[in-house]
Amino acid sequence: MPHELQYAPAVGSFSLMWLLLVLPLAGAAILLLGGRRTDRWGHLLGTATAATSFVVALVLFFALLGRSGDDRAVSQHLFSWIPVNSFQVDAGLLFDQLSALFVLLITGVGTLIHVYSIGYMAHDPARRKFFAYMNLFLASMLLLVLGDNFLVLYAGWELVGLSSYLLIKFWEDKPAAATAANKAFYMNRVGDVGLALAVMFMFATVGSTNFDTVFGAAAAGVIGYGTLTAIALLLLLGACGKSGQFPLQAWLPDAMEGPTPISALIHAATMVTAGVYLIARANPIFTETQAARTVVVIIGAGTILIGCVIGCAYDDIKKVLAYSTVSQIGYMFLAVGLGPAGYALGIMHLLAHGFFKAGLFLGSGSVIHAMNGEQDMRKYGALWRLMPITWATFGICYLAIIGVPPLSGFFTKDKIIEAAFDKGGTSGYLLGSAALLGAGITAFYMTRLFLMTFHGERRWSDTGPEARHPHESPTVMTGPMVPLAIGAAVAGGLFVLGGSIQNWLAPVVGESVEAGVHTMSPAVLTALTLLVAAGGFAGAYLRYQLRPVDAVARPDAEVGLVTVAARRDLYANTFNETVFMRPGQYATRFLVWLDTVGVDGVVRGTAAAVGGLSGRLRRTQTGFVRSYALSMLGGAVLVVGALYLVKAG
Amino acid sequence: MNSFPWLTVLLIVPAVAAVVVMAVPRRFATVAKQITLAVTLVEFGLALLATIAYEPSRAGFQFAQKYSWIRQFGVSYSVGADGISLVLILLATLLVPVVVLASWDEVAGPAQAGAGGADVVSRRSVSAFFALLLALEVGMIGVFAATDVFLFYVFFEAMLIPMYFLIGSYGAVKEQAQRSYAAVKFLLYSLFGGLLMLAAVIGLYVVSADQLGTGTFDFATLRQLDITPGVQKLLFLGFFIAFAIKAPLFPFHTWLPDAGAQSPTGGAILLVGVLDKVGTFGLIRYCIPLFPDASSYFAPMVLALAVVGIFYGALLAIGQRDMKRLVAYTSLAHFGFIAMGTFALTSQGGTGAVLYMVNHGLSTGLLFLVVGFLVTRRGSRDVSAYGGMAKVTPVLAGVFLIAGLSSLALPGLNSFVSEFLVLAGTFTRYRALAIVATCGIVLAAIYILYLFQRTMTGPLVHEQAKGVLDLSVREKIVVAPVVALIIALGVYPKPLIDIIRPTVTATFEDAGHTDPAPSVPVNAAPVNASQAGGHS
Repeated sequence: MPHELQYAPAVGSFSLMWLLLVLPLAGAAILLLGGRRTDRWGHLLGTATAATSFVVALVLFFALLGRSGDDRAVSQHLFSWIPVNSFQVDAGLLFDQLSALFVLLITGVGTLIHVYSIGYMAHDPARRKFFAYMNLFLASMLLLVLGDNFLVLYAGWELVGLSSYLLIKFWEDKPAAATAANKAFYMNRVGDVGLALAVMFMFATVGSTNFDTVFGAAAAGVIGYGTLTAIALLLLLGACGKSGQFPLQAWLPDAMEGPTPISALIHAATMVTAGVYLIARANPIFTETQAARTVVVIIGAGTILIGCVIGCAYDDIKKVLAYSTVSQIGYMFLAVGLGPAGYALGIMHLLAHGFFKAGLFLGSGSVIHAMNGEQDMRKYGALWRLMPITWATFGICYLAIIGVPPLSGFFTKDKIIEAAFDKGGTSGYLLGSAALLGAGITAFYMTRLFLMTFHGERRWSDTGPEARHPHESPTVMTGPMVPLAIGAAVAGGLFVLGGSIQNWLAPVVGESVEAGVHTMSPAVLTALTLLVAAGGFAGAYLRYQLRPVDAVARPDAEVGLVTVAARRDLYANTFNETVFMRPGQYATRFLVWLDTVGVDGVVRGTAAAVGGLSGRLRRTQTGFVRSYALSMLGGAVLVVGALYLVKAG
Repeated sequence: MNSFPWLTVLLIVPAVAAVVVMAVPRRFATVAKQITLAVTLVEFGLALLATIAYEPSRAGFQFAQKYSWIRQFGVSYSVGADGISLVLILLATLLVPVVVLASWDEVAGPAQAGAGGADVVSRRSVSAFFALLLALEVGMIGVFAATDVFLFYVFFEAMLIPMYFLIGSYGAVKEQAQRSYAAVKFLLYSLFGGLLMLAAVIGLYVVSADQLGTGTFDFATLRQLDITPGVQKLLFLGFFIAFAIKAPLFPFHTWLPDAGAQSPTGGAILLVGVLDKVGTFGLIRYCIPLFPDASSYFAPMVLALAVVGIFYGALLAIGQRDMKRLVAYTSLAHFGFIAMGTFALTSQGGTGAVLYMVNHGLSTGLLFLVVGFLVTRRGSRDVSAYGGMAKVTPVLAGVFLIAGLSSLALPGLNSFVSEFLVLAGTFTRYRALAIVATCGIVLAAIYILYLFQRTMTGPLVHEQAKGVLDLSVREKIVVAPVVALIIALGVYPKPLIDIIRPTVTATFEDAGHTDPAPSVPVNAAPVNASQAGGHS
């Protein structure tokens, strides 16, 4: 059994665990309740709470390092949350090897982005509120990764959805922002249904939602395969919603309506990777169910390609980065779907991605800031001289994501591709090839983005109605980009060398079983990956550096079918609108009509027939006999249908 | 403290105050308001003290008092509190002062709408309004406190009278005809249900006379009766239909949107927040213990109506343009959850359902408050009269959002705890049903956030809305305690759960329903049957 399910009580410095959450929560509360009085220093307070939380995280991390390898899971019981007889849920936190990494990522990158936002949001009259919401997000995200049972995790899960909603619609007088926020919340809630049901399944099956009980039962093999697979698939539905994976990916690109620091923090580095956390955390369940893992890898591999292909077609810099995130998380899903061989690899790529994608978003924010809010890359060009720090840090992150050695993406992505091939058999080849192809397309669209933004001809003007005066961003913004770039450069190597992350995580996710025989020798595969990436790079270089970039995109009629489809998000929105939204709207309208003339009418009609309410009522009810009949029939059908549900057990 | 007649005091104080306030001359309207506010605050304080004095682990009714009333028929004035009724009394006494303060300026007529309202204003008596509120409070406390079925019936019907006048005389200012229509409809529906219940109450009396020699309406005695299944079914239906109209459950709901829309804000809050709870309270207090066999027999039907209501209410809420009707329809969905939790017949579902009653009172109360604030400001219930209001009224928008998030059961807020308990409690017995019902949480997100989007976000649509003021100090005081409770009960619901759980557990155990065991019991979870202090 790979799991040490004894959690040590939180004593010593670990008794500070609750502070991790409470600091940013207090920040949010003070800023929201304090109102305008806190405008002057609100951003400083918000940053201070984030930074203090990071310091606490470091203290706890080193305290964890000081413990022996198999005793690095410490839990803190706060209070009894929902106690109803056999349903006992406590507010409890768990600081172990897995949550420690996430806590460091969240508070570390979170603090950098708080600092960055001081500059980015300097001219926004509602900056205080922005920091309040960011603090709220930190607290929620920490709750998500620190909860020691699935219901507390679920609470954090929905609360990060709330912060995400609040921040996407931060500029809420833009209707597009409000719509995008709602869309994100709705689609996340679809995923949340899955997670909620998984929690209920656990309670009904083992009588508890605590990690130790559930995982112990899963690892001991006492839960039936069907139940286990059902739980895993429901968890996966939740993970897909939060992480923007197929079929719930359509909200993430729209979420780019939020201010760019939010895109970096929530929609790239932390919240959207929660799905990967969930699967890695629930690894004892997924390890036991091959069927569910097969679905995970298919979704992962498919989403890699979906994200890549669409990423090539957009000209909006943030949309490209958003689809890049979708695709990179696809890699992580692919990894964790591979089971014990991949859990640690998925987390590794997640951490590296946290650095380079946050760096890319902050860099793009710096560019957007400099270009007066312009997000169309066709109106950029030749910015590298004007924004050297942004260019350099962005460049490092860009090289990291396309996997140039020895930057982090090279190590972490390469490992995933290798593990996918090593899965063996046809499926191994299919998954590996998808991941390999993804690496090539990633190199293409990221090079396209990099060249269109920083190199080539300048496609903007410093005179006229759309005058742009690009300039380097203030230090408060460029400062945070530097550590992220450094992280993007070195993190991967640190993680991989000596299998440090794999060893660190082994007590949580199990020893990563090295496949005895490699499908392909790692050296050959690495060479192949580099070759494919170089191909992608060359394609983009030829197309966007050696040839001039059109200032406006070519119309649909002049481009290929794939491009047209990609510009339309591969018809995901069209599908959702046709299959869910419109029928829903029609059903709603029909029911509103039915309830007024039908259900109400039946009652009024009966009343009128029996004794007569009044002449007026009697008049209104005549002529509606058919609708009464219809509504009675409809109601009967509904109730009978529901009865079947009840009987279904 | 337990010998102190808490419940009788709670009944007498507002009753006396109602008479006093009624007698206050019209020109001293402010005095009437002040008296009412003071009395209702004292009343809430008393209810809190009673809650502290209450011993959750003790079985049976506490603070019980019994005096013979109509000796010939075995009717008595008898009151008592258990975990279920106590929390609902607490809810009622909390909401009344909130409503009093919220209605401070609304009663006389629209504060800012001005034109056209003037002559209507003068005909509305302020002191009568507050006297009606106090009378309603007596009815609400009485209906929860009664432990004599006949007394319960009396309070059940008596509550209608003040409510009827609140809707008919103090409802939407410019809609005289619709207002009367809504009031009459409310009254007729309730009377119809009440008649059925009266028949069932008399039926119970007859059965008790048959079995015991002398007839009685005493609840504790009646639940010991051994009623034949056939008779149980008939009597169950009498009670059930009355409660299903009151709550209301699909398809007995069509009076609710009208009454909700036409009531004054305070009336709507008490109507949906507390009065409707009498229906759901009746299901768990009367239907299940008095008719255990019939409850099992009809449970699938009730569950079916409940789940249909969850979706039906939610879809209709999405389609509404009238904000008050919208909130009323969301309640239909919520009542579906409450009925489902009750008739899942598990201690989690039942505890969740009772907790849901309290939480729904708070969250829907807050929603009605906020909608009321908006209507007072812009004079319209129509969603399209708003848009981009967050810009001019940020605090109001924030409170609106909190109320909405509570309504959609966001974790960290009160309703999540109850909704999850209901769903988990249902899941252990009716898996397919719970799975479908859980999908309802997506619709809840849509009806709330879609409403919020149309009213609060986007550009400011109406020029006139620019001058709208944000919440006044009085309004902030009104919402503050409700908001605080919504958050507090989301984070730490244990105090309420600890009051509710033993009573619910005992109710179900006495009716012969035990919780399904986990299919794979691992670490034998601590089962609290012994702590439940089960009634024996």
